[in-house]
Amino acid sequence: MQGFEGFIYPNELELQWSVLIVLYPFITGLVAGAFILASLERVFNVEAVKPTYRLALLTALAFLMVAPLPLQLHLGHPERSFEMYLTPHTSSAMAMFGFVYLWYLMVVLVLEIWFDYRKDIVLAWQESKGLKRIIYGVMALGSRNLSAAALQIDERIGRFLTVIGIPSAFLLHGYVGFIFGSIKANPWWSSSMMPIVFLFSAIVSGIALITILYYLISWYRKTPVNQECVDTIARYLLYAFLIDFSLELLDLIHRIYEADESFKSLDFMVHTSLYMSHIIIQLLIGTVVPLLMLGSAQLFKIRPATRKLIYFIACILTLIGIFAMRWNVVIGGQLFSKSFLGYTTYKMQFATREGLLTAIVLLILPFLILAGLAHLLPPWDEEPKTARH
Amino acid sequence: MRENRRQFLNHASKLLVLTAPAAAAWPYIRAERPQDAPGYKMDEHWWGMAIDIDKCIGCGTCVRGCKAENNVLLTPQTSRTWVERYLVDTDDMDHPRVDSPNAAYDGFPDPGPQPETVKTFYVPKLCNHCMHSPCVQVCPVGATFESPDGVVLVDKSYCLGCRYCVQACPYGCRYIDPRTKTVDKCSLCYHRITKGLTTACCEVCPTGARALGNLKDPKDPIHKFLRENNVLVLKPQMATGSKTWYKGLDGAVR
Amino acid sequence: MKYRFDDYEHILRMAGLFALGITAFFIFRAVMVPKDFGEYGHYRAGALADNANFQIQYAGRAACVDCHSEIQQQRAGGKHAGIGCESCHGPLAKHVADATAVVPQRPHNRDTCLRCHTSRPSKPAGFPQIVPADHAPEGACTECHQAHNPKI
Repeated sequence: MQGFEGFIYPNELELQWSVLIVLYPFITGLVAGAFILASLERVFNVEAVKPTYRLALLTALAFLMVAPLPLQLHLGHPERSFEMYLTPHTSSAMAMFGFVYLWYLMVVLVLEIWFDYRKDIVLAWQESKGLKRIIYGVMALGSRNLSAAALQIDERIGRFLTVIGIPSAFLLHGYVGFIFGSIKANPWWSSSMMPIVFLFSAIVSGIALITILYYLISWYRKTPVNQECVDTIARYLLYAFLIDFSLELLDLIHRIYEADESFKSLDFMVHTSLYMSHIIIQLLIGTVVPLLMLGSAQLFKIRPATRKLIYFIACILTLIGIFAMRWNVVIGGQLFSKSFLGYTTYKMQFATREGLLTAIVLLILPFLILAGLAHLLPPWDEEPKTARH
Repeated sequence: MRENRRQFLNHASKLLVLTAPAAAAWPYIRAERPQDAPGYKMDEHWWGMAIDIDKCIGCGTCVRGCKAENNVLLTPQTSRTWVERYLVDTDDMDHPRVDSPNAAYDGFPDPGPQPETVKTFYVPKLCNHCMHSPCVQVCPVGATFESPDGVVLVDKSYCLGCRYCVQACPYGCRYIDPRTKTVDKCSLCYHRITKGLTTACCEVCPTGARALGNLKDPKDPIHKFLRENNVLVLKPQMATGSKTWYKGLDGAVR
Repeated sequence: MKYRFDDYEHILRMAGLFALGITAFFIFRAVMVPKDFGEYGHYRAGALADNANFQIQYAGRAACVDCHSEIQQQRAGGKHAGIGCESCHGPLAKHVADATAVVPQRPHNRDTCLRCHTSRPSKPAGFPQIVPADHAPEGACTECHQAHNPKI
């Protein structure tokens, strides 16, 4: 039986949005962040991160393909979800987001990957047999065009797509922040800073994910992890993290200082039902510790191998922290009553449509898709080297 | 022969007499939409609700009436309307004690002895049928809307069950009906008010604490109610354009 | 730099695919969007009828008077005159539709009266309230009070 304490409006007893809705901004955040890391190389010519460029694109695609699944599983009538595309209510952030998602998937990601990989696809088409041959043929759209001029066009369009991809990535995840931030009824969510906080935490999580994947793939292929690459990534991660941390601190200080009608209720919630996930996991383990680790790698002289290890651990803690942040926003925003006089509880089930097991499966799925994509479109250039770094 | 003719004339005249009302009723029967039924004109109505806190006795008859009229599930978390009880200790105004046991379906139990400094009252709550409703604003597909006569309604065959509107309502009046997996809420008994009846809650309220009002009717008592009393809406800072006005609303009410 | 058609024909293939997708979307939209959508606002106009065509359970006090006019005369001028019949007698639209098939029970149970008249501090001061244990610990309230026009 669901429990509550204090006074809640009768209809507030059960939470509306479950762990699946926590997953959704987490996944789209990884997409946006991964893409921005990829764009560092292409647009800002940060050569050092080139080894992660294609990996970041494929990761973004794999995760973006999974992103609608938690939403579909959560809807009362998923068979009606196409209505959002047929009769979108233009005043609804959720409706307009459907188009932002579609734009990002089709125009930014799919097209960019196509233009970047097209040469390899055509070559693989010519060299493979059987089912793979058909797949590559479809991906090439039946065109074997590999002239120098064609490749030059591809390069220019690809670059153009990356340039518009950056504001598109900002729009993609900023919009998710706006979906929450525009709800005046909920003071935990309602804030003009929500889109920006979401965006920067997305960048942080995306960079951390690509770093971890790069380590894992290198380990799997027995190739060395490029020191300059991870050093550069770690620097950008630190910068993004510092901005993200400052924004969250600013929000906190602002709330404490203004202490409006919702403050006491929210403050109590953060110190009780949200204590573990907010203070311990998100702030301490997920933000302060990685910041200290990444900061020390920049400030002190540390051996390269140790630095690599520090980055790896920091990135894992970062991902946990950003997931906790999504949890605290979505679940936290529903634990307190809008009367500011009471709280309810979240009873997460395990093997139900919106349960923990479903969430775990949905988190594993993008990695499986990524493995499939990497098999078809290898994100690394040469054969595995055994030479030293 | 004469008898047959008399019988015939008898029946024929009865038939003729009935034809007139039948002809009058026919458009009602044929009309599929309230906007077509000649008896009810949408543009002559702009619905609101007037609630008098000083008259509410917390009997819960409105809650029972609503659930019976609208086939609402009896669980408290699926309530189209409910009543709250406030116990405000004037020595501790920041911390009112509020309860709504089973959404006040069975009224309220004895609160026990209270200090002299406590003031206490009941507050009926329902969908406020806002003019600038945040729930309508956020619906991604147009499954909730404000009708031309001012009632915020749900299109159950179009609703996705995304629950965004439930999050957006500041008053907590929306919920998901587990039977239809769509959102549900007070419809201001649209099926009654378009036929000249009042809402179920107003019909059964024994003290007249609730009163439906048509703001477009100059003779409607709601005009007098709004003009002669100090009235408040809930959470006015949200600027929802609520059309549920309370007389005698205390500052402690959430 | 001038490009020959051969150089960008693959782009035209991709553009064609997009054009196909967009066209399919608009066709799907034309077929699937309900015809009455948007007539009054961003919603399906038929939803108004859907909400209006719901079975009525409470007939309303005017419907009772037609047959039970003598009760109405009893109530006139009394303390309960302003209360709807169905407040105590429950939803009776089915009875109005077929009076002999659906016969309601008389609500002589104490609870019918006590749910309004039990003393509670939150009720308005002028409202008639009693403490049941002190006033009449058992038995029907109607033994002393006439429900339709309650005065001793």
